Amino acid sequence: MEFEPVIGLEVHAQLLTDTKIFCGCSTRFGAEPNSHTCPVCLGMPGVLPVLNKKVVDYLLKMAMATHCTINRESSFARKNYFYPDLPKGYQISQYAEPPAEHGWVDIETEAGKRRIGITRIHMEEDAGKLIHDENSPSSYVDLNRTGVPLIEIVGDPDIRTAEEAAAYLKRLHEILVYLEICDGNMEEGSFRCDANISLRPVGQKAFGTRAELKNMNSFRNVQRGLEYEIKRQQYILESGGVVVQETRLWDDAAGVTKSMRSKEEAHDYRYFPEPDLVPVHVDDKWLEEIRSAMPELPLEKRERFVSQYQISPYDAGVLTSGRALADYFEEVARLSGQPKAAANWVMGDILRLLNEDKKTVVECPVTPTNLARMITLIQDGTISGKMAKDISEAMYTTGKTPGEIIEEKGLVQITDENALAAALSEILAKNPDQVAQYRAGKDKLFGFFVGQAMKATRGKANPQMLNDLLKKMLSNQE
Amino acid sequence: MKISREQVAWVAHLARLEFKEDETKKFTAQMNDILSYMDKLSLVDTNGVEPLANATLRKNAFRADDVRDSLSPDASLANAPEARGGFFQVPKVIE
Repeated sequence: MEFEPVIGLEVHAQLLTDTKIFCGCSTRFGAEPNSHTCPVCLGMPGVLPVLNKKVVDYLLKMAMATHCTINRESSFARKNYFYPDLPKGYQISQYAEPPAEHGWVDIETEAGKRRIGITRIHMEEDAGKLIHDENSPSSYVDLNRTGVPLIEIVGDPDIRTAEEAAAYLKRLHEILVYLEICDGNMEEGSFRCDANISLRPVGQKAFGTRAELKNMNSFRNVQRGLEYEIKRQQYILESGGVVVQETRLWDDAAGVTKSMRSKEEAHDYRYFPEPDLVPVHVDDKWLEEIRSAMPELPLEKRERFVSQYQISPYDAGVLTSGRALADYFEEVARLSGQPKAAANWVMGDILRLLNEDKKTVVECPVTPTNLARMITLIQDGTISGKMAKDISEAMYTTGKTPGEIIEEKGLVQITDENALAAALSEILAKNPDQVAQYRAGKDKLFGFFVGQAMKATRGKANPQMLNDLLKKMLSNQE
Repeated sequence: MKISREQVAWVAHLARLEFKEDETKKFTAQMNDILSYMDKLSLVDTNGVEPLANATLRKNAFRADDVRDSLSPDASLANAPEARGGFFQVPKVIE
């Protein structure tokens, strides 16, 4: 029997606010343990949470970017459970009335384009961090993360392969980072993913029993974890067994998923309306404010780059992989008036140099103006492509303008035809044998003359002019 | 019966309360009385009335995203039964 995987992903994205969702404590990562805590996020009796407006702003941005229906009215609920990372004994989340639902994103894999539905997006508070001591029967709790704002993006069970799951996650990640509402750092846990996965016989409508996968902290691990889990469930079903509904942890080192034997497996969260917070009402004016501040999203930008600059979809994909990189490219393209050359130089030398230094384009020592000027100099024949390679590296290491570097290195191309012709005559005169052989049909020797000419001019000859002139002089029978 | 003894025991477990047999029995009876009394509310005609999530009629109480001083870690940990190295120390929660 053939089985079809059914996968739905839940993404938790930490929002890039300065303060927590319900109090003024800082959200900065990596601070001394418990130094970003106050009576509100510690869950002291008698305190009252007050909602950070920016959290709603950010949620609305994500909702618009993913084509969600925005519900004008939403409210908070308590999700009750006991765990040491949750000092109040409940997490403030949203339940019955999510602020956004019924959205979608388009993904593309080897198999083609597909649209993946988004069930809902809601706001909630993050829990604290637990550290377990291998040598003692204790766990240690840091509540700095308690109350850091999250949006949870619940996806429809539309995904059918591990590859699609990774593509969907990358798409969400890219949108969040473009919107500048999440830093997307998976290692620090700013972008986390849980997956629900089940198998069903192909053609069957009803879902099979699912497992929930956790602890996959990279796109690659999500894909590997799901691939493993598909095989595991398939093996169980094919050998007549039954999949148990449970939470499983991805073990990266072992490359397997393992059952998480939790003492409190049967959850009963007893959600009820949060009495300490008033409902959120979003009016037209607020929506318009958010809409007018929405940046161009990655997919739109990609399509525009292809049509506006006549570059390949692949190149457009690389150049729009970050907002800053896309802006850098556009600036170079605009200033040089040569988008294709701009794309080649940005994707080639500039990205290579940045990658070698593990730098981002924001830190690039070559300004768009300097790169554009260099491209113009290649175009008008002042320098050759080969010289430009040296110049771009020199611009990168020194931050100087191409003009300064050309002057320092004496790099200007010889574009004076008479000077070049004189140099060529000398070379032909010195190598009468080769000239004779060439004229007798040994075309390969052309390269030899080019090499000699480049050597004589120390690489400064304009290659096009050199070729033309050399051909002319060699074909002139004396 | 509005609520069974098993339900009372389950809710007690979720709230980390331990009841003796006769206590469970007593609370089951009390909770049944309360829930039966609450049934009187169902007699009110609420057709056309929107459910209310909050007793005040206010909406949109917000704060600006401005950082305020947190407590010192010492103050935050002052009430902790056990603390170590700036962390709250609790019985181990995983095997």
